[in-house]
Amino acid sequence: MRDMHQIRLRVNGREHELTVEARRTLADMLRHDLGYTGTHLGCEHGICGACTVLLDGSPVRACLMFGVQADGTEVSTVEGLAAGDELSDLQQAFSDHHALQCGFCTPGFLMLAEAYLAERDSGDGPTEAEVRELVASNLCRCTGYQGIVEAVLATARSRRRAGGP
Amino acid sequence: MTRPAGQAQGHGAGAAVADGRREQGEREGQRGRWVGAAMARKEDPRMLRGSGRFTGDLARTGMLHAAFVRSPFAAAAVSAIGTSPALRAPGVAAAFTAADLGHPYLLATLERDEFVPTQMPLLAGDQVRFAGEPVAVVLADDAYQAEDAAELVEVDWAQLTAVTGLAAARGAAARQVHEGLAGNCLVDLLMFDDERLGEIFAGAPLVVEGEFTSARLAALPLEGRACLAEWDDRDGQLVLNVSTQVPHQVRSAVAQALQLPERAVRVIAPDVGGGFGLKCVVGREEVTVAAAALRLRRPVRWIEDRQENLAASFHGHEQRYRVRAAFDSRGRFLALDADIECDVGAYSAYPFTCAVEPLMAAGELPGVYKVPAYRARGRAIATNKAPTAPYRGVSRPQLVLVMERLIEKAARALHTDPLELRRLNMIGPGEFPYTGVNGITYDEGSYRESLDLAERRVADGGWPAERDGLRAAGLLAGIGYACFSERTGYGTPTMSQRRMRMTPGYDTAQVRMDPTGEVIVTTGTCGHGQGHETTFAQIVADRLGVHPERIRLRQGDTDLAAYGWGTFASRSIVIGGGAAARAADQVAGQLREVAACLLEARAADVELSDGSARIRGDSRATVPISELARVVYFQTHTLPEPLRYGLEARASFDPPGTFSNACHATLVMIDPGTGAIRLRRYLVVEDCGVVINPLIVDGQVRGGVTQGVAAALLERICYDDEGQPVSTTLMDYLPPTAAEMCPVDVVHLETPSRFSDTGAKGMGEGGTIGAPAAVLNAVNDALSAVTAGFDHIPVLPEDVSSALARAGEGAA
Repeated sequence: MRDMHQIRLRVNGREHELTVEARRTLADMLRHDLGYTGTHLGCEHGICGACTVLLDGSPVRACLMFGVQADGTEVSTVEGLAAGDELSDLQQAFSDHHALQCGFCTPGFLMLAEAYLAERDSGDGPTEAEVRELVASNLCRCTGYQGIVEAVLATARSRRRAGGP
Repeated sequence: MTRPAGQAQGHGAGAAVADGRREQGEREGQRGRWVGAAMARKEDPRMLRGSGRFTGDLARTGMLHAAFVRSPFAAAAVSAIGTSPALRAPGVAAAFTAADLGHPYLLATLERDEFVPTQMPLLAGDQVRFAGEPVAVVLADDAYQAEDAAELVEVDWAQLTAVTGLAAARGAAARQVHEGLAGNCLVDLLMFDDERLGEIFAGAPLVVEGEFTSARLAALPLEGRACLAEWDDRDGQLVLNVSTQVPHQVRSAVAQALQLPERAVRVIAPDVGGGFGLKCVVGREEVTVAAAALRLRRPVRWIEDRQENLAASFHGHEQRYRVRAAFDSRGRFLALDADIECDVGAYSAYPFTCAVEPLMAAGELPGVYKVPAYRARGRAIATNKAPTAPYRGVSRPQLVLVMERLIEKAARALHTDPLELRRLNMIGPGEFPYTGVNGITYDEGSYRESLDLAERRVADGGWPAERDGLRAAGLLAGIGYACFSERTGYGTPTMSQRRMRMTPGYDTAQVRMDPTGEVIVTTGTCGHGQGHETTFAQIVADRLGVHPERIRLRQGDTDLAAYGWGTFASRSIVIGGGAAARAADQVAGQLREVAACLLEARAADVELSDGSARIRGDSRATVPISELARVVYFQTHTLPEPLRYGLEARASFDPPGTFSNACHATLVMIDPGTGAIRLRRYLVVEDCGVVINPLIVDGQVRGGVTQGVAAALLERICYDDEGQPVSTTLMDYLPPTAAEMCPVDVVHLETPSRFSDTGAKGMGEGGTIGAPAAVLNAVNDALSAVTAGFDHIPVLPEDVSSALARAGEGAA
């Protein structure tokens, strides 16, 4: 007998109501039940960070949470970053700095960086070392991370110039 | 050969230019063409929006999910497999064993007497040969149910003694991994057996010997393997979406294993989340899923998990070199004698076989150095471990490490500067093309220039002072170099020397302009992160005079493209890009003829640029290229017969190959308390001929260096004494994060290749090839006071601590 639960949540501002098995991961629920396939699975044991999404604004590994735990929350995924065809400043910086190659890990890095940039107070800009430590949360096998570090730094700088996020 | 304007000017052999970022700015201004521009990638927006389409994102109505039952033992006899309990589990539609499927297999073959072929069954039958080998597949309504049910399959195992390494494989009492396989040796090649060797070594002023080893590695693309197979009744085709680098080779494998004509199989590679060689071979799971879909007439999807990927896909790079080198009194190579063994695991992977590592190693060991006499024995040894595939670099990270260590050892023995010793031995300016003792002809490169420039940059960048400062502060620090070249873009003239039954190498492109003037390029190469949609568009844009945004590359579909060999061995831009350039030249010729017709001029006077056809010397005579396309399709009756009915061309390219080259340098710092090794500086001076897109080249170099650093300092797949894999999570197998890397400076030299239609050389693997040697030399420089030097990778903190402890004991 499957242990099914009815839950409600908002994803990128849109309301969803669904019935989900207790053991189903948040990542599988987002990808296969709700169609947000931009969230990728690279290891399913919480190391690579490709599945990083924001749960009420905080970055979480969607492979380490159950879908039912997202009941009543607001989830943000990579699909919510761009405004229509217009890439966000962070997305644009990733392209400008060649911060992606195969693109599989990219959604996780974007969500990680988005949470960091939103949370960081508008005092001094982050240092290269600080951003490198942040970027070390996730794994990328293609780029060597340099473009990712540069893209996050550039976005932090431009947001500060613009007077905060 | 038509070369785009401007290619020849100012970029001759060894012309030094500024770093990649600055260089592109100059180029755009100077040249006004797309090749060479740091164009943002056309792939980026969809990837950044999360709308890339990876295999695991695809679903079908009524789809089943596959889960494999895998061997818990490295070696075992299988007497019975019971699937009934699994079949009764919720949601299960079917379960298959080898017997159920009729014992299908994959067979990779070389036509050489020294090679022993091994059948790799899709599902193992009465024997398993590595832990993780699949023996059954279960198909259920969802992946959770399939995994649950797979655990219910009952297998009668009788564990056998596992052969877990080179020593165990060769012992007199060693069990045979495959019945009748003497010494567990799958390949034994003796190459370039120079009979003068004994005499040379006996009389040499200096002989340096060493044993060099490298650990087993995983390619570890972030997206593991994945596939979705379905039968299409309308087209009479099995359609297989698969995360692969080589769609046509997957098609051939499926057709051969399941006894289908090739036209009845269509293989599609959607977006592929990295490959690095893991996906340039064909996995048995992918073919099994195809077989299940064929049998059940239902869509079946399989997504590999990370544990399966680490334990049961393919590995590479587990090698041992026993080498001696003879030098004259000045330090010039007199002779080189190498015995190379590769632990290749249980089977040959399709289609390259397990000979790919020993063949590359024995064939190319001398590298950039002039070695007058040479002998190499290369062997592939079977063990009860996962099979191996051509992981990025294929033997060249190791052979470069061997040569660079030999040079360092000789320099130490002769009390001479190791960089001077490199210059003394290196193929020098004016000596190209150079045919080596290994029969390989090295085309023009900048071997000396790249070393000179690297040494200058290191000095100008203050590295020696930084190293001395670190030492003064009580840390250990060292600088290391590595020089190498890398054969890239080689077609059948070179590939045929391997004598594969399926000889890869050529590729074919089709270029078509539609009635709106938009361009579709199809290719048999299959980019999976290299940005081919962008670089192919840049190449074709210059040939046709249209904006790259009007050009769309279609790749990764066997029904769309002519038979091609996919993306591996740094071949795509040279061969696939070369074929596209040739086909585009033909379409450009057609456009010129049409324009000449409309503008009443000679075709030879028509120029194509900025989206228009113009008559040279007549600024008013111009017509948009899109208008030419419209006329060809919609007013075709107004044109003479040869220009009617469409704008399209097809061309193939099959070059012998071209060598790119580089010099790597790095500064490392070691904490004597913990043994931890950290990179402080990293520099690559590289020459891949004409740079199509510097942004992408720099990215490939940096990513490659990161994988080479990983091989030098972090990663290793470990097995225990019983052949159990113990590196099956990313907490045990440690790829580098951003914290382990430092910025990598990339400087380009540009020696255009005469063997490449675009002048470009391949460069996908160079970063990985050079880094292990450079890092190891730097670590050894840091420890030069306490140890003669490590000759193995990875060097781990415990190695450093042990060396320091031994030195401490010696001093006490």
